[in-house]
Amino acid sequence: MAKVKGAIKVDVEKCKGCGLCVVACPSKVIDLAREVNGKGYNYAYMANPDACIGCANCAIVCPDSVIEVYKVKAEMA
Amino acid sequence: MSDIKDIIKDENLVYKKTKVLTDNVMHYCPGCSHGVVHKLVAEVIEEMGIQEKTIGISPVGCSVLAYNYLDIDWQEAAHGRAPALATAVNRLHPEKYVFTYQGDGDLASIGTAEIMHACNRGENIVVIFINNAIYGMTGGQMAPTTLEGMKTATSPYGRDIKLNGHPLIITELIAQLPGTSYVTRQAVHTPAAVRKCKKAIRKAFENIGQKKGTSFVEVVSTCNSGWKLSPVKSNEWMVENMFPVYKPGDLKDE
Repeated sequence: MAKVKGAIKVDVEKCKGCGLCVVACPSKVIDLAREVNGKGYNYAYMANPDACIGCANCAIVCPDSVIEVYKVKAEMA
Repeated sequence: MSDIKDIIKDENLVYKKTKVLTDNVMHYCPGCSHGVVHKLVAEVIEEMGIQEKTIGISPVGCSVLAYNYLDIDWQEAAHGRAPALATAVNRLHPEKYVFTYQGDGDLASIGTAEIMHACNRGENIVVIFINNAIYGMTGGQMAPTTLEGMKTATSPYGRDIKLNGHPLIITELIAQLPGTSYVTRQAVHTPAAVRKCKKAIRKAFENIGQKKGTSFVEVVSTCNSGWKLSPVKSNEWMVENMFPVYKPGDLKDE
């Protein structure tokens, strides 16, 4: 059975840490980092990467368009 | 972690920033709805392949610098006069896709005359109207669209109807004008709403190609800095307080 696996790449220096992607994610993948970027914002990152399904909801709501979304259909082991 | 590196490859890419958006970092506050709407307009322009044929009219307000973010031709209008400038541009270049991008302080206050007459004449343009019920750029003053009882910098005890009048629900007024062909109210607070809003913007731009007259897309938006709330809380506040007054949905589709 094929399982969809996704991943996101966040442009850390452009992220403003608004947190809209965190609530938009249906599988609770994203969280804001404890560390800050060059502008002092707690940037978004994949806290729970295994749960990502590559639905792109986070990227769609991101006001600064800093998220790229990748998706593969992986065979279940 | 090697697993994620296997997924993040060019051939697996499903979503990235459109090329119509420039690489400039937007000056908007974190979580501002402007960024989402800019992105939607850019994506629609890319999908329709009209980057070379689109002329935007930027307003005065937070989105005055919109020309830094969308890689198309722009004109900058005086406060509220974007529809008048759009009329001129459209009449000189009728084959171009002309749109104005205005906030509520621009469109519903100082520019009321211009928008009403442009819509009444049925100019073949798209109007994107960002309504966040406040003057965001100048520090959160009361706007004509401010809700009853809403606290702003110039109405610290809440908007008083007796003193300040009623919130101006301008989209309903515009829907009555015969020049408009498509009038809709959208929002961008959830992924589903963003997808719906994009469809509305796409339809509005397609109406230009069909010479249908004015298409008016209001986007009920947040101003988390002006409202003194976090971006996530602003969205919740908007659903609770803005939507009963500014009801999302199509008002007119001819």
